[in-house]
Amino acid sequence: MKIFKYALLALPFLYFSCSDDDDNSIPEPINEEEVITTLNVYVNEILAMSSTDADGDGPLDPVVTDGVLAASTTYDVRLEFLNELEEEPEDITEEIEEEDLEHQVFYSVGGDLNVGVEYANFDSDGNPLGTQVTLTTNEAGSGTITITLIHEPMKPNDGLDSAGGSTDIEVTFNVTVE
Amino acid sequence: MNCICNKCGANFTSKLALAFCSVFSICCFSAHSQNCNNKLSIEVIDLHDGSSLDNANIYFEKIDIGGKTDQNGVIVFENLCDGSYNLSVAHEDCVTLNVKVIVKKDTYKKVYLEHHLNELQEIIVTSSNRLNSKSLFENKISKEVLDDYNSRTLGEVLQTVTGVSSLNSGSYLSKPVINGLHSSRVILINNDVRLEDQEWGIEHAPSIDINSIDKLSVIKGASALQYAGDAVGGVIIAETSREKLVDNLYGSITTNLQSNGRGGSVSTNFTKTNSNGWYYKFQGTLKRMGDFETADYVMTNTGFQENNISLKAGLNRIDHGFDIYYSLFSNQLGILRSSHAHTAIDIINAINNEIPGVIDEFSYDINIPRQKISHNLVKIKAYKNFNFGKLSMRYDYQSNDRKEFDIRRQDYRKKPALDLNLQTHSLALDVESKFDSSSNFKAGISGRYQKNYPDPATGVKRIIPDYKKYDFSLYSIYDNSLNEDWLVEAGIRYDFSHINAYKYYRTSLWELRNYNELFSEFLVEDLGLNTLTNPKFDFHNVSSNLGVRYSINWGENIYLNYSISSRKPNPSELFSEGLHHSSARIEIGDLSFKSEVGNNISITYNLSDEKSALTFNSFFNYINDFIYIIPVRTTTTIAGVFPVWEYMQADANLYGFDVKYDKQYFDNFFIGHQFSLVKGYERSNDKPLINLPPANLKNSISYNFLDFNNMNISLESEYVFEQNEYPDTNFEIYIPTTQTYAMLDTSTPPEAYHLLNLSSSIRFNSKRGGEYKINVRVENLLNNLYKDYLNRLRYFTHEMGRNILLSVNYSY
Repeated sequence: MKIFKYALLALPFLYFSCSDDDDNSIPEPINEEEVITTLNVYVNEILAMSSTDADGDGPLDPVVTDGVLAASTTYDVRLEFLNELEEEPEDITEEIEEEDLEHQVFYSVGGDLNVGVEYANFDSDGNPLGTQVTLTTNEAGSGTITITLIHEPMKPNDGLDSAGGSTDIEVTFNVTVE
Repeated sequence: MNCICNKCGANFTSKLALAFCSVFSICCFSAHSQNCNNKLSIEVIDLHDGSSLDNANIYFEKIDIGGKTDQNGVIVFENLCDGSYNLSVAHEDCVTLNVKVIVKKDTYKKVYLEHHLNELQEIIVTSSNRLNSKSLFENKISKEVLDDYNSRTLGEVLQTVTGVSSLNSGSYLSKPVINGLHSSRVILINNDVRLEDQEWGIEHAPSIDINSIDKLSVIKGASALQYAGDAVGGVIIAETSREKLVDNLYGSITTNLQSNGRGGSVSTNFTKTNSNGWYYKFQGTLKRMGDFETADYVMTNTGFQENNISLKAGLNRIDHGFDIYYSLFSNQLGILRSSHAHTAIDIINAINNEIPGVIDEFSYDINIPRQKISHNLVKIKAYKNFNFGKLSMRYDYQSNDRKEFDIRRQDYRKKPALDLNLQTHSLALDVESKFDSSSNFKAGISGRYQKNYPDPATGVKRIIPDYKKYDFSLYSIYDNSLNEDWLVEAGIRYDFSHINAYKYYRTSLWELRNYNELFSEFLVEDLGLNTLTNPKFDFHNVSSNLGVRYSINWGENIYLNYSISSRKPNPSELFSEGLHHSSARIEIGDLSFKSEVGNNISITYNLSDEKSALTFNSFFNYINDFIYIIPVRTTTTIAGVFPVWEYMQADANLYGFDVKYDKQYFDNFFIGHQFSLVKGYERSNDKPLINLPPANLKNSISYNFLDFNNMNISLESEYVFEQNEYPDTNFEIYIPTTQTYAMLDTSTPPEAYHLLNLSSSIRFNSKRGGEYKINVRVENLLNNLYKDYLNRLRYFTHEMGRNILLSVNYSY
């Protein structure tokens, strides 16, 4: 019968139906190396504020530690970005500082908080980078400081509103100046 | 055009009457007091496009009389006695058909002939009924329209069909929406093969090159049970034309240039056929476009490239044959730079600014973010006629590869953020049988194996998990022409699916949704941050269809169709979890989804004569467990606040109508109107469904200069209403930098808009025997700046501005 000739066409099907029973190959876990889960704010090299989002884009809200500062003081502030999804937490700050032309950190002060923020580090073109700043407090008060890390902003810019780019980190800390 | 035959048989009836007289005495007097004054009218129709076939030979075997049909495909025999007659109906391009006719009083008989030749320049008559479905009105797009749109995408071409709109992500990514339904509810069949190209994603456009298609039809309402049982929205069938059984070489070259995007395309195809049935064909397309522009500005990073080829070879005999088909569709496209907003605040800023944040000079560069897609398809099909009918067997293999590149840091920049490979094998066996001249039976069995592999090298959490899927299906379709006026079609299909997936869930989500209790059997290992699971599902779905066609008069038909289609949830609906960077939203699926079941009732009325055609189609779709995605809340992460879109399942009703009316005045003046409306609500609370196309009205006038190379000028107007019914999914977002609240308004639809398109075409013959066709088209003539509700990027940008297109087609 000629039908057998056509039945030969079924061979590829046999091929895949037989070859695919070596099932149960469990896919490997993914190293989410780029994710930033933690922002630590060191004030005069002491960990003063932090925000940690342990499940990344999962449903849990970040855990935020707010800050207390003394009035009429000048502080050196340094930021640390970590990826704690990996077994050995990875410091992403280095990556950001290496790609300084493509990043900028913005500081927005809100509420009844009288502090000044000055950029303390700059990219290779001399524009602000902002992983280090100088923070000067005046009289006592309380309010918020929002730290925003923008990837691929327009540089130079007149501040966050005109910077464009996309937001990598946006954390608001409640800050009290005593 | 169909048959270009000699004029003959013009005064044939009189000749026949003479011939008939000679047999009259024998026939009439031998019968006992029979009525022998019957008139039998036979109309011969091309099965493929419903056109009349002239010059067809009709022969009465027993009484040895015969004749040929006239230009209208009609022949009349007079003075026939009551009784049954065996006729043979032959046509030079067709397979001879034997028909039995019962003559009692004056009888009118339609004979459909399968017409193999002359399909190259087939004009598809909109009012005709063709094989895909007999009891359901089909919308078809002719090769002519396909030619005019050959630098475009499938989604754009399909919009020319009433009731079909498109869901877009920018200017190039365009998905068809049939009567408000899209994605996994619209099944695409490319050359008999069900396209498996990750159609679940809103930003995934169908991987078909329209230049590889000769015919495109839209079947609304899941009647094509032989292809799928889950087409709740409809089936789109893309086909190449059949090859002639003659020694011939033909083909065409088309060049296309357009002002918007400053690019164009080149496409060529040729076919070699032989009278012994062997043939081969080749088709290839190259497209290049730079950034598209709105009326006011450049949409930075919206260019694309597309390279496609297809090859087909085989043997096409009347009683047996086979073909091998291969196609490669590959493209690379930029995603609007400014659509890569991140947080809810970024989206609010984008909406308030109205124009994109990044507008650069025009460029052909395709930068990040971008997509790179390739789709390979191989099909082997063979058929043979046996005494019980036609048996065909098909094997196909598809490999769909999708890479999405995103804005990332350092070395990751070169790595895709998403890298999915979807492989599908399927094997099908179909049988087609004619029980008698008035009824047809089709049945089939098929199996499919599918494997999805998300490459872990991306370093980004998998959006669609690793899975293996096994499908098995059975179907059977039967149709019967009860008499001249009534045709009934019924079908049933069973689909079984087994899904075996491996997925890493965030433990927090796994627990939040209570999956640890509901689906504890899926748990493989708790790894702390993540939980490895092995979800397995079985779905048993039954779909069916019952349709009736009633011919009121010649050219006037009513179609009534009831269909039940059952669709299992797709991988995106089941497994989505996490931030989808290209959408700036967190998407969450649901493991507890059941199959979605659509009950569709449609009524179509169709009236056509030589100079006018009216189609009215109304439908009601009663869908149980309708799955849709909608913003439900916002969530805070360390990267800011994001809207959370969750897949939901609820009963829904969709209904609406489409109407189309074309009228010809004089010999060369045409007016056309189209209107379509669809409404959809959740059944329990009457909440409008999200992303339903707004009402739209299209009008066109067209004039042919008969003396001047068939020059045609037409003006189209398209008015798209504002969508007035939509779910309110706006959220108040706290903006810490200003310590104020702002509204994240992603639900309010844009205003109505009106576009004018002007087009003109001219054809002439070259000295070497080929034909040229030149087409000039201006879209968005008034250069309007507007937004469209069904464009996912409408928060970030307007639609395309004026576009001038020139296409030159040479066919030989």
